[in-house]
Amino acid sequence: MRYIRPLSIEDAVGELARAVGPAAILAGGSDLLVRMKGGFIEPELIVDIKAINGLSDIQETADGFRIGAAVPCAVLGENKALRKAWPGVVEAAKLIGSKQVQGRCTIVGNLCNASPAADSVPALVAAGAKAVIAGPSGKRTIAVESVPTGPGRTSLAKGEIVEAILLDKRAPNSGDAYQRFIPRTEMDIAVVSAGVNLTLDEHGVIKAARVALGAAAPTVLLVAEAAQVLVGSKLDEATLERLAKVCSGACRPIDDKRGTIEFRRKVAGVLAKRVAATAYERAGGK
Amino acid sequence: MAGVAVSTTINGDHVEYLCQPDETLLEVLRDRLGLTGAKEGCGTGDCGACSVIVDNRLVCSCLVLGAEAEGRQIETIEGMAHGDQLHPLQQKFLEHAALQCGICTPGFLIAAKDLLAKNPSPTEEEIRFGLAGNLCRCTGYDKIVRAVQDAANVMKGA
Ligand SMILES: Cc1cc2nc3c(=O)[nH]c(=O)nc-3n(C[C@H](O)[C@H](O)[C@H](O)COP(=O)(O)OP(=O)(O)OC[C@H]3O[C@@H](n4cnc5c(N)ncnc54)[C@H](O)[C@@H]3O)c2cc1C
Ligand code: FES
Ligand code: FES
Repeated sequence: MRYIRPLSIEDAVGELARAVGPAAILAGGSDLLVRMKGGFIEPELIVDIKAINGLSDIQETADGFRIGAAVPCAVLGENKALRKAWPGVVEAAKLIGSKQVQGRCTIVGNLCNASPAADSVPALVAAGAKAVIAGPSGKRTIAVESVPTGPGRTSLAKGEIVEAILLDKRAPNSGDAYQRFIPRTEMDIAVVSAGVNLTLDEHGVIKAARVALGAAAPTVLLVAEAAQVLVGSKLDEATLERLAKVCSGACRPIDDKRGTIEFRRKVAGVLAKRVAATAYERAGGK
Repeated sequence: MAGVAVSTTINGDHVEYLCQPDETLLEVLRDRLGLTGAKEGCGTGDCGACSVIVDNRLVCSCLVLGAEAEGRQIETIEGMAHGDQLHPLQQKFLEHAALQCGICTPGFLIAAKDLLAKNPSPTEEEIRFGLAGNLCRCTGYDKIVRAVQDAANVMKGA
Protein backbone atom coordinates (compact mmCIF):
# COMPACT_ATOMS: atom_id res chain seq x y z
CA MET A 1 0.00 0.00 0.00
CA ARG A 2 1.10 3.53 -0.79
CA TYR A 3 0.05 6.75 0.99
CA ILE A 4 0.40 10.04 -0.86
CA ARG A 5 -0.50 13.61 -0.03
CA PRO A 6 -0.56 15.59 -3.29
CA LEU A 7 -0.55 19.40 -3.24
CA SER A 8 -2.62 19.96 -6.37
CA ILE A 9 -5.92 18.57 -7.58
CA GLU A 10 -4.31 17.75 -10.96
CA ASP A 11 -1.69 15.54 -9.26
CA ALA A 12 -4.34 13.83 -7.17
CA VAL A 13 -6.54 13.16 -10.21
CA GLY A 14 -3.49 11.93 -12.18
CA GLU A 15 -2.44 9.49 -9.45
CA LEU A 16 -5.98 8.11 -9.12
CA ALA A 17 -6.41 7.81 -12.88
CA ARG A 18 -3.08 5.96 -13.25
CA ALA A 19 -3.64 3.63 -10.28
CA VAL A 20 -3.66 -0.01 -11.32
CA GLY A 21 -5.07 -1.58 -8.16
CA PRO A 22 -7.84 -0.36 -5.86
CA ALA A 23 -7.36 3.26 -4.80
CA ALA A 24 -9.14 5.31 -2.15
CA ILE A 25 -9.53 9.01 -1.48
CA LEU A 26 -8.90 9.95 2.15
CA ALA A 27 -10.65 12.99 3.62
CA GLY A 28 -11.47 12.63 7.35
CA GLY A 29 -11.11 8.85 7.24
CA SER A 30 -14.06 8.25 9.57
CA ASP A 31 -15.64 5.87 7.09
CA LEU A 32 -12.59 4.84 5.09
CA LEU A 33 -10.36 3.77 7.99
CA VAL A 34 -13.20 1.88 9.66
CA ARG A 35 -13.81 -0.02 6.42
CA MET A 36 -10.10 -0.68 5.89
CA LYS A 37 -9.70 -2.03 9.40
CA GLY A 38 -12.77 -4.16 9.03
CA GLY A 39 -11.16 -5.70 5.94
CA PHE A 40 -13.97 -4.52 3.67
CA ILE A 41 -11.51 -2.76 1.35
CA GLU A 42 -7.81 -3.13 0.80
CA PRO A 43 -6.64 -0.13 -1.21
CA GLU A 44 -3.22 -0.22 -2.80
CA LEU A 45 -3.14 3.55 -2.99
CA ILE A 46 -4.47 6.12 -0.53
CA VAL A 47 -4.71 9.68 -1.78
CA ASP A 48 -4.98 12.09 1.15
CA ILE A 49 -6.69 15.22 -0.22
CA LYS A 50 -6.17 17.44 2.83
CA ALA A 51 -3.02 19.18 1.59
CA ILE A 52 -4.49 20.09 -1.81
CA ASN A 53 -4.50 23.81 -2.37
CA GLY A 54 -7.95 25.37 -1.95
CA LEU A 55 -9.72 22.32 -0.54
CA SER A 56 -9.51 23.34 3.12
CA ASP A 57 -11.45 26.58 3.19
CA ILE A 58 -14.98 27.94 3.02
CA GLN A 59 -15.27 30.82 0.57
CA GLU A 60 -18.15 33.28 0.46
CA THR A 61 -18.51 34.28 -3.18
CA ALA A 62 -20.92 36.49 -5.12
CA ASP A 63 -22.95 33.34 -5.89
CA GLY A 64 -23.00 31.89 -2.37
CA PHE A 65 -20.66 29.53 -0.56
CA ARG A 66 -17.96 27.20 -1.78
CA ILE A 67 -17.06 24.59 0.83
CA GLY A 68 -13.79 22.77 0.12
CA ALA A 69 -13.95 18.97 0.23
CA ALA A 70 -11.39 18.78 3.05
CA VAL A 71 -13.20 21.13 5.47
CA PRO A 72 -14.11 19.16 8.62
CA CYS A 73 -17.66 19.52 9.95
CA ALA A 74 -16.40 21.19 13.15
CA VAL A 75 -15.18 24.08 10.96
CA LEU A 76 -18.56 24.33 9.20
CA GLY A 77 -20.18 24.76 12.60
CA GLU A 78 -17.78 27.57 13.49
CA ASN A 79 -18.55 29.58 10.35
CA LYS A 80 -21.08 32.26 11.38
CA ALA A 81 -22.03 33.38 7.87
CA LEU A 82 -22.71 29.81 6.76
CA ARG A 83 -24.71 29.08 9.91
CA LYS A 84 -26.84 32.13 9.30
CA ALA A 85 -27.48 31.41 5.61
CA TRP A 86 -27.84 27.62 5.77
CA PRO A 87 -28.68 26.60 9.35
CA GLY A 88 -30.21 23.30 8.24
CA VAL A 89 -27.10 22.18 6.37
CA VAL A 90 -24.91 23.11 9.32
CA GLU A 91 -27.13 21.40 11.91
CA ALA A 92 -27.11 18.23 9.81
CA ALA A 93 -23.32 18.27 9.46
CA LYS A 94 -22.99 18.86 13.21
CA LEU A 95 -24.99 15.71 13.95
CA ILE A 96 -22.32 13.45 12.46
CA GLY A 97 -20.56 11.50 15.20
CA SER A 98 -18.91 12.89 18.32
CA LYS A 99 -16.62 15.87 18.93
CA GLN A 100 -13.76 13.55 17.93
CA VAL A 101 -15.43 12.61 14.63
CA GLN A 102 -16.44 16.23 13.97
CA GLY A 103 -12.79 17.26 13.98
CA ARG A 104 -12.19 14.99 10.99
CA CYS A 105 -15.37 14.18 9.07
CA THR A 106 -16.40 16.07 5.93
CA ILE A 107 -19.73 16.53 4.17
CA VAL A 108 -18.14 15.32 0.93
CA GLY A 109 -16.98 12.13 2.66
CA ASN A 110 -20.51 11.74 4.02
CA LEU A 111 -21.88 12.14 0.47
CA CYS A 112 -19.34 9.88 -1.25
CA ASN A 113 -19.58 7.12 1.35
CA ALA A 114 -23.13 6.87 -0.05
CA SER A 115 -24.88 5.57 3.04
CA PRO A 116 -28.66 5.97 2.71
CA ALA A 117 -28.62 7.24 6.32
CA ALA A 118 -25.89 9.88 5.84
CA ASP A 119 -26.98 12.88 7.89
CA SER A 120 -25.73 15.82 5.86
CA VAL A 121 -27.05 14.54 2.52
CA PRO A 122 -30.81 15.17 2.90
CA ALA A 123 -30.00 18.69 4.10
CA LEU A 124 -27.68 19.28 1.13
CA VAL A 125 -30.26 17.90 -1.30
CA ALA A 126 -33.00 20.08 0.19
CA ALA A 127 -30.64 23.05 -0.08
CA GLY A 128 -30.10 22.37 -3.79
CA ALA A 129 -26.35 22.03 -3.22
CA LYS A 130 -24.04 21.19 -6.10
CA ALA A 131 -20.84 19.16 -6.21
CA VAL A 132 -17.84 20.38 -8.20
CA ILE A 133 -16.01 17.36 -9.56
CA ALA A 134 -12.47 17.32 -10.93
CA GLY A 135 -11.46 14.42 -13.16
CA PRO A 136 -9.13 13.28 -15.92
CA SER A 137 -11.30 15.01 -18.55
CA GLY A 138 -11.76 18.28 -16.69
CA LYS A 139 -14.31 19.67 -14.26
CA ARG A 140 -18.06 19.29 -14.04
CA THR A 141 -20.68 20.50 -11.58
CA ILE A 142 -23.66 18.30 -10.74
CA ALA A 143 -26.52 18.26 -8.22
CA VAL A 144 -25.45 16.47 -5.01
CA GLU A 145 -28.32 13.99 -5.38
CA SER A 146 -26.66 12.71 -8.56
CA VAL A 147 -23.56 11.57 -6.66
CA PRO A 148 -24.83 8.56 -4.65
CA THR A 149 -26.43 5.88 -6.83
CA GLY A 150 -27.10 3.23 -4.17
CA PRO A 151 -25.75 2.07 -0.81
CA GLY A 152 -21.95 2.45 -1.05
CA ARG A 153 -22.04 3.37 -4.75
CA THR A 154 -21.52 6.70 -6.51
CA SER A 155 -21.62 8.05 -10.05
CA LEU A 156 -17.98 9.17 -9.80
CA ALA A 157 -15.72 7.74 -12.51
CA LYS A 158 -12.17 6.50 -11.96
CA GLY A 159 -9.90 9.43 -11.19
CA GLU A 160 -12.71 11.77 -10.18
CA ILE A 161 -12.59 13.76 -6.96
CA VAL A 162 -15.28 15.98 -5.48
CA GLU A 163 -13.46 19.24 -5.01
CA ALA A 164 -16.12 21.39 -3.34
CA ILE A 165 -19.78 21.76 -2.46
CA LEU A 166 -21.59 24.87 -3.70
CA LEU A 167 -24.51 26.47 -1.86
CA ASP A 168 -26.45 29.31 -3.45
CA LYS A 169 -26.57 32.80 -2.09
CA ARG A 170 -29.63 33.01 0.13
CA ALA A 171 -32.80 34.62 -1.25
CA PRO A 172 -34.60 36.81 1.32
CA ASN A 173 -37.16 35.05 3.58
CA SER A 174 -35.52 31.64 3.28
CA GLY A 175 -34.84 28.96 5.86
CA ASP A 176 -33.83 25.31 6.05
CA ALA A 177 -33.79 22.62 8.72
CA TYR A 178 -32.86 18.97 9.29
CA GLN A 179 -33.81 16.37 11.89
CA ARG A 180 -33.25 12.66 12.29
CA PHE A 181 -34.86 10.05 14.48
CA ILE A 182 -32.45 8.01 16.60
CA PRO A 183 -33.24 5.96 19.71
CA ARG A 184 -30.45 7.68 21.67
CA THR A 185 -29.66 11.39 21.99
CA GLU A 186 -26.16 11.26 20.42
CA MET A 187 -23.85 9.02 18.41
CA ASP A 188 -26.29 6.91 16.43
CA ILE A 189 -27.30 6.24 12.83
CA ALA A 190 -30.50 7.85 11.53
CA VAL A 191 -33.47 5.47 11.45
CA VAL A 192 -35.15 8.02 9.21
CA SER A 193 -34.54 11.73 8.62
CA ALA A 194 -35.87 14.79 6.82
CA GLY A 195 -34.48 18.03 5.39
CA VAL A 196 -36.66 20.94 4.25
CA ASN A 197 -35.69 24.20 2.56
CA LEU A 198 -38.23 27.00 2.03
CA THR A 199 -38.43 30.47 0.51
CA LEU A 200 -41.42 32.67 1.38
CA ASP A 201 -42.88 35.75 -0.26
CA GLU A 202 -43.33 38.96 1.73
CA HIS A 203 -46.69 37.72 3.07
CA GLY A 204 -45.32 34.48 4.45
CA VAL A 205 -46.65 32.35 1.60
CA ILE A 206 -44.24 29.57 0.57
CA LYS A 207 -43.05 30.24 -2.99
CA ALA A 208 -40.30 27.63 -3.28
CA ALA A 209 -39.71 24.38 -1.38
CA ARG A 210 -37.50 21.31 -1.43
CA VAL A 211 -38.12 18.29 0.78
CA ALA A 212 -35.65 15.41 1.14
CA LEU A 213 -35.89 12.20 3.18
CA GLY A 214 -32.95 10.14 4.47
CA ALA A 215 -32.77 6.42 5.34
CA ALA A 216 -36.09 6.03 3.57
CA ALA A 217 -34.80 4.45 0.33
CA PRO A 218 -31.48 3.21 -1.16
CA THR A 219 -30.53 6.84 -1.81
CA VAL A 220 -31.79 10.11 -0.37
CA LEU A 221 -35.26 10.90 -1.73
CA LEU A 222 -36.07 14.31 -3.14
CA VAL A 223 -39.86 14.36 -2.81
CA ALA A 224 -41.16 16.71 -5.50
CA GLU A 225 -44.78 16.05 -4.59
CA ALA A 226 -44.11 17.19 -1.01
CA ALA A 227 -42.71 20.47 -2.33
CA GLN A 228 -45.84 20.94 -4.43
CA VAL A 229 -47.99 20.49 -1.33
CA LEU A 230 -46.07 23.23 0.45
CA VAL A 231 -45.88 25.85 -2.31
CA GLY A 232 -48.69 28.40 -2.11
CA SER A 233 -49.44 27.65 1.55
CA LYS A 234 -48.68 29.37 4.84
CA LEU A 235 -48.02 25.99 6.40
CA ASP A 236 -51.44 25.63 7.98
CA GLU A 237 -52.50 22.43 9.76
CA ALA A 238 -54.14 20.90 6.66
CA THR A 239 -50.97 21.46 4.59
CA LEU A 240 -48.84 19.83 7.27
CA GLU A 241 -51.12 16.78 7.32
CA ARG A 242 -50.91 16.46 3.55
CA LEU A 243 -47.13 16.86 3.71
CA ALA A 244 -46.89 14.01 6.22
CA LYS A 245 -49.08 11.79 4.09
CA VAL A 246 -47.10 12.43 0.91
CA CYS A 247 -43.75 11.86 2.68
CA SER A 248 -44.91 8.62 4.31
CA GLY A 249 -46.12 7.46 0.91
CA ALA A 250 -42.91 8.38 -0.88
CA CYS A 251 -40.71 6.20 1.39
CA ARG A 252 -39.33 2.92 0.15
CA PRO A 253 -37.63 1.89 3.40
CA ILE A 254 -36.23 -1.42 4.55
CA ASP A 255 -37.07 -3.47 7.64
CA ASP A 256 -34.08 -3.87 9.91
CA LYS A 257 -33.07 -3.97 13.55
CA ARG A 258 -33.29 -0.18 13.79
CA GLY A 259 -36.82 0.17 12.49
CA THR A 260 -39.63 -1.53 10.59
CA ILE A 261 -41.00 -0.31 7.27
CA GLU A 262 -44.19 0.79 8.97
CA PHE A 263 -42.33 2.72 11.67
CA ARG A 264 -40.04 4.45 9.17
CA ARG A 265 -42.99 5.52 7.01
CA LYS A 266 -44.84 6.97 9.96
CA VAL A 267 -41.80 8.79 11.39
CA ALA A 268 -40.84 10.19 7.96
CA GLY A 269 -44.18 12.01 7.91
CA VAL A 270 -43.87 13.24 11.50
CA LEU A 271 -40.32 14.50 10.94
CA ALA A 272 -41.26 16.23 7.67
CA LYS A 273 -43.92 18.22 9.54
CA ARG A 274 -41.61 19.23 12.36
CA VAL A 275 -38.74 20.11 10.06
CA ALA A 276 -40.99 22.12 7.74
CA ALA A 277 -42.25 24.10 10.75
CA THR A 278 -38.69 24.91 11.82
CA ALA A 279 -37.65 25.89 8.30
CA TYR A 280 -40.76 28.09 8.03
CA GLU A 281 -39.94 29.85 11.28
CA ARG A 282 -36.31 30.36 10.23
CA ALA A 283 -37.55 31.86 6.96
CA GLY A 284 -39.43 34.44 9.03
CA GLY A 285 -42.89 32.92 8.64
CA LYS A 286 -45.81 33.17 11.16
CA MET B 1 5.15 -2.08 1.93
CA ALA B 2 7.46 0.90 1.90
CA GLY B 3 7.63 2.80 5.17
CA VAL B 4 6.58 6.43 5.41
CA ALA B 5 9.01 8.84 7.09
CA VAL B 6 7.14 11.24 9.35
CA SER B 7 8.36 14.32 11.14
CA THR B 8 5.96 15.78 13.68
CA THR B 9 5.62 17.48 17.08
CA ILE B 10 4.25 15.57 20.07
CA ASN B 11 3.67 17.41 23.36
CA GLY B 12 6.05 20.13 22.17
CA ASP B 13 8.87 17.72 21.28
CA HIS B 14 10.08 17.20 17.73
CA VAL B 15 9.61 13.52 16.85
CA GLU B 16 10.55 11.50 13.76
CA TYR B 17 9.42 7.99 12.96
CA LEU B 18 8.96 5.50 10.16
CA CYS B 19 5.57 3.82 9.91
CA GLN B 20 3.61 1.63 7.53
CA PRO B 21 1.11 3.49 5.32
CA ASP B 22 -1.86 1.67 6.89
CA GLU B 23 -0.69 2.08 10.48
CA THR B 24 -2.88 4.27 12.67
CA LEU B 25 -1.59 7.14 14.78
CA LEU B 26 -2.75 5.17 17.83
CA GLU B 27 -0.52 2.24 16.82
CA VAL B 28 2.40 4.58 16.20
CA LEU B 29 1.99 6.30 19.57
CA ARG B 30 1.66 3.05 21.51
CA ASP B 31 3.85 0.58 19.67
CA ARG B 32 6.58 2.73 18.11
CA LEU B 33 6.88 5.67 20.49
CA GLY B 34 6.00 4.01 23.80
CA LEU B 35 3.28 6.57 24.52
CA THR B 36 0.74 4.11 25.88
CA GLY B 37 -1.58 6.62 27.55
CA ALA B 38 -4.00 6.60 24.63
CA LYS B 39 -5.92 3.30 24.74
CA GLU B 40 -7.58 1.17 22.13
CA GLY B 41 -11.13 0.46 23.25
CA CYS B 42 -12.81 -0.21 19.92
CA GLY B 43 -10.62 0.88 17.02
CA THR B 44 -13.67 2.23 15.19
CA GLY B 45 -14.17 5.76 16.54
CA ASP B 46 -16.92 4.84 18.99
CA CYS B 47 -15.32 4.88 22.46
CA GLY B 48 -12.91 7.84 22.56
CA ALA B 49 -10.30 5.99 24.65
CA CYS B 50 -7.71 6.86 21.99
CA SER B 51 -8.48 10.62 21.99
CA VAL B 52 -5.63 13.01 21.19
CA ILE B 53 -5.54 16.61 19.99
CA VAL B 54 -4.13 17.28 16.51
CA ASP B 55 -3.66 20.95 15.53
CA ASN B 56 -6.16 22.00 18.20
CA ARG B 57 -8.80 19.50 17.11
CA LEU B 58 -9.92 16.60 19.27
CA VAL B 59 -9.72 13.37 17.24
CA CYS B 60 -9.74 9.60 17.68
CA SER B 61 -6.15 8.51 17.01
CA CYS B 62 -7.48 5.10 15.91
CA LEU B 63 -9.04 6.86 12.90
CA VAL B 64 -5.97 8.87 11.88
CA LEU B 65 -3.10 7.36 9.92
CA GLY B 66 0.37 7.72 11.39
CA ALA B 67 1.41 9.12 8.02
CA GLU B 68 -1.08 11.97 8.39
CA ALA B 69 0.79 13.36 11.41
CA GLU B 70 3.47 14.92 9.20
CA GLY B 71 4.02 18.56 10.21
CA ARG B 72 1.23 18.54 12.81
CA GLN B 73 1.12 19.49 16.50
CA ILE B 74 -0.08 16.56 18.56
CA GLU B 75 -1.06 16.62 22.24
CA THR B 76 -1.46 13.38 24.18
CA ILE B 77 -2.24 12.57 27.80
CA GLU B 78 1.51 12.26 28.46
CA GLY B 79 1.83 16.03 28.01
CA MET B 80 -0.98 16.97 30.37
CA ALA B 81 0.81 17.12 33.73
CA HIS B 82 3.84 19.35 34.20
CA GLY B 83 6.31 17.07 35.96
CA ASP B 84 4.71 16.27 39.31
CA GLN B 85 2.19 19.07 38.91
CA LEU B 86 -1.10 17.50 37.82
CA HIS B 87 -3.42 19.37 35.47
CA PRO B 88 -6.53 20.61 37.38
CA LEU B 89 -8.64 18.09 35.47
CA GLN B 90 -6.38 15.23 36.58
CA GLN B 91 -6.50 16.50 40.18
CA LYS B 92 -10.29 16.75 40.14
CA PHE B 93 -10.72 13.31 38.57
CA LEU B 94 -8.77 11.94 41.54
CA GLU B 95 -10.69 13.96 44.13
CA HIS B 96 -14.09 13.04 42.70
CA ALA B 97 -13.15 9.39 42.11
CA ALA B 98 -14.11 9.90 38.47
CA LEU B 99 -12.53 6.60 37.47
CA GLN B 100 -12.62 2.97 38.44
CA CYS B 101 -10.71 0.72 36.06
CA GLY B 102 -9.22 3.80 34.41
CA ILE B 103 -9.04 2.65 30.80
CA CYS B 104 -11.31 5.44 29.62
CA THR B 105 -9.60 8.11 31.74
CA PRO B 106 -6.86 9.38 29.39
CA GLY B 107 -9.46 9.84 26.66
CA PHE B 108 -11.88 11.63 28.98
CA LEU B 109 -9.12 13.92 30.26
CA ILE B 110 -8.00 14.90 26.77
CA ALA B 111 -11.60 15.41 25.61
CA ALA B 112 -12.40 17.46 28.73
CA LYS B 113 -9.27 19.55 28.23
CA ASP B 114 -10.35 20.31 24.67
CA LEU B 115 -13.90 21.07 25.85
CA LEU B 116 -12.75 23.56 28.51
CA ALA B 117 -10.29 25.22 26.13
CA LYS B 118 -13.19 26.00 23.79
CA ASN B 119 -15.87 26.58 26.43
CA PRO B 120 -14.45 27.49 29.88
CA SER B 121 -17.89 27.55 31.57
CA PRO B 122 -19.88 24.65 30.14
CA THR B 123 -23.32 23.74 31.51
CA GLU B 124 -23.87 20.16 32.67
CA GLU B 125 -25.68 19.46 29.41
CA GLU B 126 -22.80 20.89 27.37
CA ILE B 127 -20.38 18.67 29.28
CA ARG B 128 -22.51 15.59 28.69
CA PHE B 129 -22.87 16.34 24.96
CA GLY B 130 -19.24 17.39 24.66
CA LEU B 131 -18.07 14.10 26.16
CA ALA B 132 -20.59 11.90 24.33
CA GLY B 133 -17.78 10.51 22.16
CA ASN B 134 -16.16 8.96 25.24
CA LEU B 135 -17.56 5.79 26.76
CA CYS B 136 -17.09 4.61 30.35
CA ARG B 137 -18.45 1.28 31.48
CA CYS B 138 -17.62 1.78 35.17
CA THR B 139 -18.48 5.18 36.60
CA GLY B 140 -21.94 5.93 35.25
CA TYR B 141 -20.53 9.31 34.07
CA ASP B 142 -21.87 11.39 36.97
CA LYS B 143 -18.58 11.64 38.81
CA ILE B 144 -16.81 12.50 35.57
CA VAL B 145 -19.25 15.36 34.93
CA ARG B 146 -18.77 16.65 38.52
CA ALA B 147 -15.01 16.50 38.19
CA VAL B 148 -15.09 18.48 34.94
CA GLN B 149 -17.41 21.09 36.48
CA ASP B 150 -15.14 21.44 39.49
CA ALA B 151 -12.01 21.67 37.33
CA ALA B 152 -13.69 24.35 35.20
CA ASN B 153 -14.29 26.43 38.34
CA VAL B 154 -10.70 26.02 39.50
CA MET B 155 -9.33 26.89 36.06
CA LYS B 156 -11.48 30.01 35.77
CA GLY B 157 -10.22 31.18 39.16
CA ALA B 158 -6.60 30.62 38.16
C1 LIG C 1 -18.03 6.96 15.61
C2 LIG C 1 -18.65 7.36 14.31
C3 LIG C 1 -19.88 7.99 14.31
C4 LIG C 1 -20.47 8.37 13.10
N1 LIG C 1 -21.69 8.98 13.15
C5 LIG C 1 -22.28 9.36 12.00
C6 LIG C 1 -23.54 10.04 12.03
O1 LIG C 1 -24.10 10.30 13.09
N2 LIG C 1 -24.11 10.39 10.84
C7 LIG C 1 -23.51 10.13 9.64
O2 LIG C 1 -24.07 10.47 8.61
N3 LIG C 1 -22.31 9.49 9.59
C8 LIG C 1 -21.69 9.11 10.73
N4 LIG C 1 -20.48 8.46 10.68
C9 LIG C 1 -19.87 8.16 9.38
C10 LIG C 1 -18.83 9.19 8.90
O3 LIG C 1 -18.26 9.88 9.98
C11 LIG C 1 -19.42 10.20 7.93
O4 LIG C 1 -19.97 9.56 6.82
C12 LIG C 1 -18.38 11.25 7.49
O5 LIG C 1 -19.03 12.39 6.98
C13 LIG C 1 -17.38 10.74 6.47
O6 LIG C 1 -16.50 11.80 6.14
P1 LIG C 1 -14.90 11.59 6.07
O7 LIG C 1 -14.35 12.87 5.60
O8 LIG C 1 -14.41 11.05 7.34
O9 LIG C 1 -14.84 10.49 4.92
P2 LIG C 1 -13.72 9.43 4.49
O10 LIG C 1 -13.76 8.27 5.41
O11 LIG C 1 -12.41 10.12 4.31
O12 LIG C 1 -14.30 9.03 3.10
C14 LIG C 1 -15.57 8.39 2.96
C15 LIG C 1 -15.73 7.84 1.53
O13 LIG C 1 -15.84 8.92 0.60
C16 LIG C 1 -14.75 8.91 -0.32
N5 LIG C 1 -14.33 10.31 -0.47
C17 LIG C 1 -13.94 11.15 0.52
N6 LIG C 1 -13.69 12.38 0.03
C18 LIG C 1 -13.92 12.32 -1.30
C19 LIG C 1 -13.82 13.28 -2.35
N7 LIG C 1 -13.45 14.55 -2.11
N8 LIG C 1 -14.14 12.89 -3.61
C20 LIG C 1 -14.54 11.61 -3.85
N9 LIG C 1 -14.64 10.65 -2.89
C21 LIG C 1 -14.34 11.00 -1.63
C22 LIG C 1 -13.69 8.04 0.32
O14 LIG C 1 -12.85 7.45 -0.61
C23 LIG C 1 -14.53 7.03 1.08
O15 LIG C 1 -14.99 6.04 0.22
C24 LIG C 1 -19.84 8.09 11.88
C25 LIG C 1 -18.58 7.47 11.88
C26 LIG C 1 -17.97 7.12 13.07
C27 LIG C 1 -16.63 6.47 13.06
S1 FES D 1 -10.21 3.13 20.15
FE1 FES D 1 -10.46 4.93 19.02
S2 FES D 1 -12.49 5.44 19.47
FE2 FES D 1 -12.32 3.54 20.46
S1 FES E 1 -13.37 3.82 34.58
FE1 FES E 1 -13.59 1.90 33.65
S2 FES E 1 -14.30 2.44 31.67
FE2 FES E 1 -14.31 4.31 32.68
